Amino acid sequence: MKRVYVNEKWCLGCHLCEYNCAFANSGMTDMVKALKDRDIFPRIRVEEGDSINFAVSCRHCDNPLCVKGCISGALSIQDGVISIDSNKCVGCFTCVLSCPYGCISTSESGAVQKCELCTKNADGTPQCVAGCPNNAIVFEER
Amino acid sequence: MAIEYLYPQFEVLRNPDRCIACRVCERQCAEEVHHYDHDLKKMVSDESKCVCCHRCVSLCPTRALKITKTNHQFRENANWTGEVIQEVYRQAESGGTLLSSMGNPKDYPIYWDKILINASQVTNPSIDPLREPMEIRTYLGKKPTAIERDENGKIIPNLSPRLRLDVPIMFSAMSYGSISYNAHESLARASRNMGTFYNTGEGGLHEDFYQYGPNTIVQVASGRFGVEKDYLNAGAAVEIKIGQGAKPGIGGHLPGAKVAADISRTRMIPEGTDAISPAPHHDIYSIEDLRQLVYSLKEATAYKKPIIVKISAVHNVAAIASGIARSGADIIAIDGYRGGTGAAPTRIRDNVGIPIELALASVDQRLRDEGIRDNVSIVVGGSIRNSADIVKAIALGADAVYIATAALLSLGCHLCRTCQKGKCNWGIATQRPELVKRLNPDIGSERLENLLTAWSHEIREMMGGMGINSIEALRGNRLMLRGIGLNEKELEILGIKHAGE
Amino acid sequence: MKYVIIGNATAAIGTVEGIRSVDQEGEIVLISSEPHFTYGRPLISYLLLGKTTEDKMHYRPDNFYEANRVTTMLGRTVTRIDKNAKKIVLENGESVSYDKVAICTGSRPFVPPMEGLDSVEDQTSFMTLDDAHRLAGLLGDQKDKDVLIIGAGLIGLKCAEGILHLSKSLTIIDMAPRILPNVLDEYGSSFLQSYLEGLGMKFYLSDSVAKFSTPHHAVCKSGLELDFDVLVVAVGVRPNTQLAEEIGCEVNRGILVNTRSETSVKDVYAAGDCTVSHDIAADTDRILAILPNAYQQGEAAGVNMAGGDKVFDSAFPMNASGFLGLHMITAGSYDGEEYVTKTADSYKKLVVRDNKLVGFILIGDVDRGGIYTSLIRDQVPLDTINFDLIREHPQLMAFAKSERAKKLAQPH
Repeated sequence: MKRVYVNEKWCLGCHLCEYNCAFANSGMTDMVKALKDRDIFPRIRVEEGDSINFAVSCRHCDNPLCVKGCISGALSIQDGVISIDSNKCVGCFTCVLSCPYGCISTSESGAVQKCELCTKNADGTPQCVAGCPNNAIVFEER
Repeated sequence: MAIEYLYPQFEVLRNPDRCIACRVCERQCAEEVHHYDHDLKKMVSDESKCVCCHRCVSLCPTRALKITKTNHQFRENANWTGEVIQEVYRQAESGGTLLSSMGNPKDYPIYWDKILINASQVTNPSIDPLREPMEIRTYLGKKPTAIERDENGKIIPNLSPRLRLDVPIMFSAMSYGSISYNAHESLARASRNMGTFYNTGEGGLHEDFYQYGPNTIVQVASGRFGVEKDYLNAGAAVEIKIGQGAKPGIGGHLPGAKVAADISRTRMIPEGTDAISPAPHHDIYSIEDLRQLVYSLKEATAYKKPIIVKISAVHNVAAIASGIARSGADIIAIDGYRGGTGAAPTRIRDNVGIPIELALASVDQRLRDEGIRDNVSIVVGGSIRNSADIVKAIALGADAVYIATAALLSLGCHLCRTCQKGKCNWGIATQRPELVKRLNPDIGSERLENLLTAWSHEIREMMGGMGINSIEALRGNRLMLRGIGLNEKELEILGIKHAGE
Repeated sequence: MKYVIIGNATAAIGTVEGIRSVDQEGEIVLISSEPHFTYGRPLISYLLLGKTTEDKMHYRPDNFYEANRVTTMLGRTVTRIDKNAKKIVLENGESVSYDKVAICTGSRPFVPPMEGLDSVEDQTSFMTLDDAHRLAGLLGDQKDKDVLIIGAGLIGLKCAEGILHLSKSLTIIDMAPRILPNVLDEYGSSFLQSYLEGLGMKFYLSDSVAKFSTPHHAVCKSGLELDFDVLVVAVGVRPNTQLAEEIGCEVNRGILVNTRSETSVKDVYAAGDCTVSHDIAADTDRILAILPNAYQQGEAAGVNMAGGDKVFDSAFPMNASGFLGLHMITAGSYDGEEYVTKTADSYKKLVVRDNKLVGFILIGDVDRGGIYTSLIRDQVPLDTINFDLIREHPQLMAFAKSERAKKLAQPH
């Protein structure tokens, strides 16, 4: 299955992936309208170090602890993609507690949110990857 | 100094309606032009630091940025232009030589743009390169003047060492030091994939790149940095660099600060020491001396590698080339005055040397006149900007071309011409690791390959239009060229007729 | 192969999914005394809170039983297991044969003897959907009931969270000197207590009800007297071990299972709140009545029942429990060297023992806390990571480059 993988060596720490993610999942067609003067809640996040940066998003584990620990059944595996049904999520954060990568976060709505590989938005393919200027994140089979 | 004589050259125009304060401009500008003001809650800029490299513009996700030239001006003066005045201010302040980089930007004639290419009509049919074979592969090196046969009549294959180019385009010398590791890797990989060559420049060959040896030309310059037996034998050819178009007659100087561990190892000089290339090779004061070095290098490489001698295009280039063709060299590379550099004194870059078009025509003619044209191949560089320039160069007599500025543009260079600061935001002309990593060779090599592929298509199309189906048939075929707006002398040197003739 | 699963909550569903990951053919019969479609049990407080509905509480999609070819017997109670005849006997004498059985019976509320408790009509425990319905009925929608909750553990407090907005007043009493004693340390308890008090809850700690003098009046040991309209008893739970005990499974408070979820009796498995697990953080055996644990034990049971091989050997306590806007996640044991950070609206404590993170408390800022959990789960030696960095906040940057590459550049 294709997943988003990190090539840490090439990450510039530009944070464009975060903005592209927030935009892709905003449901809007204009980035300015979607993001201007707002705090963004991206599902991918860049970690910053002295000279190292890398972006982290859901690994879509074959053996997902978040799904196993979900108290409401809101998290499930859909064709390999760990999906969240935000309708069912009550925001208990057991998944935040369970995820070894720290890839599930809060959203504006109170339910948790996570990367769903852009399968649920209009783009259909991960926009963090599409917008990465240096191939630091890639969407591929490994 | 309390008085600020220099007004910033550029203005950063930020469209406040589009800026989402994502701060990518801030994070990507090594010049530290942009920053986010937490009190004002918006991005602000210090344009005095802007070098107009467009990194911020290119990465801004909402196209909120553009850079424009300031319209702040001195009183109109066609002689004492703003630039001239500012250079005086700068030197009055620093007392130093002005430094610049990339090629001569001045408004001298561009002969390529005054030459037009022929096409077939009726009497000799043009060729459709999509249907017919079209040979753009070429070989560089000495050509045999006679065919020798053995007693059975079989041809004796006693060809001199040659370079096989699948496209008539090579990447010219750029040292590791002047450009980054990732830029070198991009060039090396693209050369391998496209069946052509890149050139180490005078900085030696990084140990990681020996694997690209069959597509590498290793250079021997006046500083002899990194030169040893394995290095010479690692490449497909050895180039003796006498001069370079951007700074004919002078040497080079890589400041010690830039000679970090990796570069020190590659150049084979102590870490932190200045790498000084003398103006001349101190063992070459005549063609005879040159011949000695040519044969020393042939000896060191067991006569298996062609030797290139690279000179800058200067006034008596034809006579010099004639000498080189007799020195035993296999290839002459000529670099025109528009050729780029990582750093050169501005006055030299902008005032020394001659146009490559004229140099090429006169060298080719001189060697023909002397009957020694087949002794050598001719490679020209120094602002080959597109495939039409290449077609014209070949028709003027070149065997192939060297490109560097166009290659760097493919890698992201925006010709801001501040390579000498070492803070290239595109990861090309820098050794700062956080900047070098901005150039991913996966992307860089692909873009270079795309460029060569595109130009190859265009070369085939133009050749087909002329009814020519091989580079060999185009070479020196000056009948395929016509001048436009050129005077008699220029036409005479170029060896072409005027349009309409 | 015929599998019988007793229970219909997390561990049981884990067992179904475990079985089906190995065996698509075998027959699965699932028996539960609750008549409902499987639901997320901890959701009952969120139901009262209005954050979910009964439909959305379904723990799995509505076609779950059909899709997994599970024959359900809901609303049926198992009275005993006949291990010799390999059959399950139901309340009406009917029996169901099995090749392998999983006991996922969970736990039941523990109600300590209190004088006069029987006289209190408007009381409930808070374990099941039916309890939640009953409580909602007792409260009505007039916000005119004074509520007394006995027990300031997770169940009591989650209940309090769920009904605060439905109650005129809400009082919680507990024998323990602080709230959530099993989940938090002292500072955490007092931090949470002040937060909840700020929202209007009233706490009486180190005290307990001595007797109910009338159905709406409690007299406490301290002499305190409390009037209430509705009583919730949330003192604690007891694992349902009887079925296992009767057939000779080893039981020590909970059913003893190994890391393959096998009991001491052949072909009998057990998972979830009715079992004892090995807590790797405290290195001790205990009942770990937490949902992620139940699922994974169930899953291991299912896989092993179906002939596969799965071990669940990384159990430790962990809790995520938001309380009306204040988020809190905790894990492991708090016995060790402490690294504490306090701010006005957050509290963080990391506990280190023998070069390992063994526990943590995050209140307020829980962002990426799962990275801490993974340090406990994987028992990562702290001298192999940058502990100073990870102390600041959970981040993968703290791991060695090669370790990061495993995490981020390989499939999982």
